[in-house]
Amino acid sequence: MGNLFVFVLASFVGYQVISRVPPLLHTPLMSGTNAISGISLVGSMVAAGHADELSQILGVVAVTCASVNVFGGFLITDRMLRMFHRQPGKKAP
Amino acid sequence: MNLSPEDLFVDLSYLVASILFIMCLRGLSGPETARRGLYMGEIGMVLAIAGTFFAVGTMQIAATHRLHFTWIIVGVLGGGSIGVAISGWIPMTQMPERIALSHAFGGLASALVGVSEYFHPEEGIGHFKMGALGFEVFLGFLTFNASLVAFGKLQGFITGAPITFKGQNYVNVSLFVVALGALIVLLVYRDEPVPWLPFETKYVFTGLCGAALLIGVMGVLPIGGADMPVVISLNNSYAGLAACATGFALNQKILIISGALDGSSGLLLSRLMSRAMNRSLTNILFGAFGTDISPTAGAPVAMSHNEATVEDAGAVLKASQSVIFVPGYGMAVSQAQHAVRDLAASLGKRGVNVKYAIHPVAGRMPGHMNVLLAEANVPYDELFDLDAINDDFQRTDCVVIVGANDVVNPAAKKEPSSPIFGMPVFNVEQARSVIVLKRSMNAGFSGVENALFFSPNTMMVLGDAKRTLLAMVAELKDGGH
Repeated sequence: MGNLFVFVLASFVGYQVISRVPPLLHTPLMSGTNAISGISLVGSMVAAGHADELSQILGVVAVTCASVNVFGGFLITDRMLRMFHRQPGKKAP
Repeated sequence: MNLSPEDLFVDLSYLVASILFIMCLRGLSGPETARRGLYMGEIGMVLAIAGTFFAVGTMQIAATHRLHFTWIIVGVLGGGSIGVAISGWIPMTQMPERIALSHAFGGLASALVGVSEYFHPEEGIGHFKMGALGFEVFLGFLTFNASLVAFGKLQGFITGAPITFKGQNYVNVSLFVVALGALIVLLVYRDEPVPWLPFETKYVFTGLCGAALLIGVMGVLPIGGADMPVVISLNNSYAGLAACATGFALNQKILIISGALDGSSGLLLSRLMSRAMNRSLTNILFGAFGTDISPTAGAPVAMSHNEATVEDAGAVLKASQSVIFVPGYGMAVSQAQHAVRDLAASLGKRGVNVKYAIHPVAGRMPGHMNVLLAEANVPYDELFDLDAINDDFQRTDCVVIVGANDVVNPAAKKEPSSPIFGMPVFNVEQARSVIVLKRSMNAGFSGVENALFFSPNTMMVLGDAKRTLLAMVAELKDGGH
């Protein structure tokens, strides 16, 4: 029940915050949230830490997949965001 | 509540990480704050991973368990290097493919954790946990395959046109029924034997995984390339929800929170995208654009268009005071974003007021055009959304359409019989003159004719957009005024 509470609240906060993201940044938003959800790395680690062999193998593959997203996701989002710039000489309103 | 100092440390690291993740998304509300936000997200991630390492480390002190620790590190480093390798060098034009792949990885990670938890749970599987595991593997495997098919379509391994066959919807519905049935059986019996089934319960679980994999493939095959922004956003949402379900199954709040953030962003994007096409999500997922529509809808084929040379177009541009560029997927295909920027720059030097009109569904993913133009060094304050620019067209001398089609089709406003009727489009026909850069006069694979191309004040310059644009730049340079 506590978890459901957290889920509903997080979805609500997420929706509120994300609806303020301008279309300009929709692709970085997608790659950024993708990097964040790479936090499933945490779950994969727990699975990889189990005692039996199947769990370990699946867990390590999952750890690898999630790590691709975490490292790759943040890197590519940063690469994209670095490209966005205003007209030289104009100040932010 | 009895908290050991270790638990407290882990919980605290998760709490701070969650706050940092929300701050990260908050930063994305503007390009000035976006990078600072991203750093917060990165710090949050490092914190959460450090906390987990700590948790796993304190749980396992026996020597045999150290081995697993090594493997975790191997996985993190291996996956990390693959991620850095892909993301560090991939060209921006490949961004939709890279996003599709990352959803596949995310889905697979969640699904595998779910499989491992079902077969070897730490403690028994309760009904609630079984439900979470069921959703986890279902969404995870579905996202995995759906994203791979989307990747194949974007990359051109699979045709971008909708793939349909007779009875397709029956097959899909049956697959859904199988998956739902398996889920219900599992919810009731979990890992205990089912008295009325001739096989073990684990095969029901395997069946659920198989059905999810098949639904992933079957679901995306009939969806056309132009609908890819919605598919990618939906996969984003499913990948997030799969991570969420993992959090429920493993009782980890940090996973629930970040999964919910990812899920709601995907959901929001899919809604924005489908609204920008004036179609419901169900219509996109089950409609197979281009099959149930008679291709004769719209303008009659016999109409003639004004085919113009680069010189003609150059002359119009020279006489213009204001120009709006409308880029579409064609710009991405011919990688013309740098050439567009060059033309805009030489127009700018002549004192022409230049803007870009960006439609929400232009390209193959949300924000596709913005990223490409940013890569070509176009300042973002020259990029305008549909609502922000649509009233400007009537005061504009010349509109240059680079590989866009449906988003400038006036039929969306005028012809109720048109399949794209009701879709919000740019009022380009209100401009004094329109220059269309297009590969050929063929209608795109949506099969919808575009009356704009046959209008008297439209000039069609056929050929590769990049070469045409560069020729125009040369024309402006040596043509005087």
